[in-house]
Amino acid sequence: MSDEPLVAGPYAHERSSIGRTMGLVMLALLPATALSLYQFGWPAILLFLLTITSALLAESGSLYLMGKPQKPFLLDGSALLTGWLLAMTLPPWAPWWIGVLGGLIAIVIGKQVFGGIGQNLFNPAMVARVALLISFPLQMTLFTTPVPLFSPQAPGLLESFHIIFGRSPMYDAMSSATPLGHIKTELSRGITVDQAMGGADSIDQLLLGTASGSLGEISALLILVGGLLLIWKRVISWHIPVAMLGTLALLATIFHLLDPLHYSGPLFHLLSGGAMLGAFFIATDLVTSPVSSRGQLVFGAGCGALVYIIRTFAGYPEGVAFAVLLMNACTPLIDHYLRPRIYGRDRRGEPLSYTDSGEEA
Amino acid sequence: MAGIANMRLFRIRGGVHPEDHKRLSAEQDIENLPMPTLLHIPLQQHIGVPAEPLVRRGQVVRKGQILARSQGMISAPVHAPTSGRIMGVGGYPAHHSSGLLVRTITLRPDGYDEWDDDCEGVAEPFALSPEEIAQQVAEAGIVGMGGATFPSAVKLNLHKRYRLDTLVINGAECEPYLTCDDRLMRERPENVRDGVLLMARALGVKQILFAIENNKPEAQSAMIKAVEGYPELQVVGLPTRYPMGSEKHLVQTLIGKETPARGLTADIGVVVHNIATAAAVNDALRHGRPLLSRVVTVSGGAIRQPRNLHVLIGTPLDDLVKYCGGFYDQPARLISGGPMMGQPVPSLRVPVVKGSNGLLALSEEEVQSREQMPCIRCASCVKACPCGLFPLSMAAHIRAGSLEASVELGLLDCIACGSCSYVCPSHIPLVQYFNYAKGELAARQRTQHKQRETKRLAEARTARMEAIKKAKREAMAKRKKEMAEKKARETAAQEATAAASSTDKQPKEEAQA
Repeated sequence: MSDEPLVAGPYAHERSSIGRTMGLVMLALLPATALSLYQFGWPAILLFLLTITSALLAESGSLYLMGKPQKPFLLDGSALLTGWLLAMTLPPWAPWWIGVLGGLIAIVIGKQVFGGIGQNLFNPAMVARVALLISFPLQMTLFTTPVPLFSPQAPGLLESFHIIFGRSPMYDAMSSATPLGHIKTELSRGITVDQAMGGADSIDQLLLGTASGSLGEISALLILVGGLLLIWKRVISWHIPVAMLGTLALLATIFHLLDPLHYSGPLFHLLSGGAMLGAFFIATDLVTSPVSSRGQLVFGAGCGALVYIIRTFAGYPEGVAFAVLLMNACTPLIDHYLRPRIYGRDRRGEPLSYTDSGEEA
Repeated sequence: MAGIANMRLFRIRGGVHPEDHKRLSAEQDIENLPMPTLLHIPLQQHIGVPAEPLVRRGQVVRKGQILARSQGMISAPVHAPTSGRIMGVGGYPAHHSSGLLVRTITLRPDGYDEWDDDCEGVAEPFALSPEEIAQQVAEAGIVGMGGATFPSAVKLNLHKRYRLDTLVINGAECEPYLTCDDRLMRERPENVRDGVLLMARALGVKQILFAIENNKPEAQSAMIKAVEGYPELQVVGLPTRYPMGSEKHLVQTLIGKETPARGLTADIGVVVHNIATAAAVNDALRHGRPLLSRVVTVSGGAIRQPRNLHVLIGTPLDDLVKYCGGFYDQPARLISGGPMMGQPVPSLRVPVVKGSNGLLALSEEEVQSREQMPCIRCASCVKACPCGLFPLSMAAHIRAGSLEASVELGLLDCIACGSCSYVCPSHIPLVQYFNYAKGELAARQRTQHKQRETKRLAEARTARMEAIKKAKREAMAKRKKEMAEKKARETAAQEATAAASSTDKQPKEEAQA
């Protein structure tokens, strides 16, 4: 007989664990990340590693301060994933301290002060991104055009250290606006979407990953592949991505049809910026999104609408981070009101009653 | 040629697909376990009031003789599984995870296995009236053999209070590992069929749905063959999904209606009985054999030779394990029933009871127990719950001590199927929380009831005492008045005379309740 304490069943378990869930998310992120790192070369790789290391050290330090065991929590992959996701939202050639500070903010302020894994109200990576964006708008909006690894213009490893840790003239030379940023600027100058689009990256570039932007904005196609993997593996359900992208596309279509000169079309909105990454990897963060299917639909639709509103009517060219954080704040409320119907009860919680004819009363 | 009924099925919510491990024992014929040296027959093997013993130590009994009679409305008698001598009636570890002592009759078999003369079947059981069928099922001590052990006769009498139209036979056997019902259907389909028809007669229903999960094609074809020529009996193939065998979910799958919360399936015109129960009903009516034995699946990764055994009630589990070649290595868990809803077995000394459908010796690899981690709100439990509950929030409330909040989320609608715990990536023992909360709530309710009763009695006593005091006061006042009047009269009559002492006549008993 076993000496294990007497615990109620079941005495069988699916092969699931937090580590496996996080591992699958990382696996899904891998193709897009690999392409992005290739496109932006050594500076991006260094920033990526720095951000993750910072997140892991912050996690370890917090666990130490809270007197929690290191091994189970550090190895569950959650801090690694947070750092990874944050790195995906940073300008690829941002200075080293952006990554380090971001990792610290994400883990310490975004997650551990709430009580650690599972307790945080807001998506930690987005908390960090928004904090950085507001505090350091210059560094956070300086994007570069992709220069693939080993291509003639690509900086070598040494040059990359200079870019990340100091100031290199090359950085300024390579800078370029993101498609969303470009359109926003052009619109503010009274140039129509059509004309602006001529200078901006085309839809093909957005799909394949040759447009400028943060690491995670690089290839909508690979992000989509990763997202589908997550849905297939049942790590996430389809509700949030479909509701979010659907709402975004719907709003974009409506406005585009009303006034094509000032509002870009749905495809541009779906493929540019962080829409794809946000829909499949950020808004679907398990901890901070609602748990019921109906709740997830509402949450996703809210994210999609906010993204469109911020992109179109607010001061920032991109709004995924803000949209997700705002909807995160609504999650407890959504969970409170949108619950599945209990078996044998109606939506109000009263036991079902049948009339004599056998129909539901 | 009849086949699987072509019938529209309805989808149930949630559920999981555990690895079924049925291959371990599914191809093993039912074997009779050799006669044990001692049988321990508990007086309570059913839901309800324990049976009352009718035998004494030293008495010689014959197979099928009644050992203890049922007491009250919901109860069941127990019978001697073989002939032999009663060694005693006393406490013996229960077939329950607590291992607490329960009243048990110990019988030493004499090896002759001689039937009692009273055990005689009915040549034409279908000529019996519904009342007679229910009566005989009650006398045979038959209980729900799927594990719930609710006295079957009570369910057969439901037609008196409900309008019933359908009898559903639960051949889902959705728990992993278990194959005892599968084997019964394959090996004795006619017995099962006749039992089903008898129960349908008792219930007075026209439609019989024989529901078997699609992972048992052999059992399905055996039953299809057996029911040929019985148009009222349809064999239905169920999708393989746990907890398909949950009574209310099975009925929903078949007829598309949910049983109202806190109600019975009879509320929507359906009664559900188990395969093994049907076979037992046939044995009882046709052959006059009370419920003396049952088929038990012995399986699991830690057992050498998984088997399906025909075992006498009261046989120590140890005998089953020995017959199956013992353990490969120390099992991580010993479970009575299936791995999803079964109970840990406290020791191999405990006996097989009417509700034992499986004995599983699970290896560490199968149990997959891990360190518990915090909830990451992944909603796997919400998706898996067949009852539409919010397991993660219920557990959080229970952990915080607010049981009422978890009741609001539907704690009392939880059927403890374990689907939520099964999928939880953080390995949170959710069912443990729910069982604790249900137990705690029941205990609180008992305490509250006790307090209310105590208060009521105390108030009644105070009121009574007040009444007594008041009566005394009034009597006293009355006497005082009389005395005063008397005195006044005396004084008036004989002014010179001294006051007469009247104290000797004093205390009179007053009314006391």
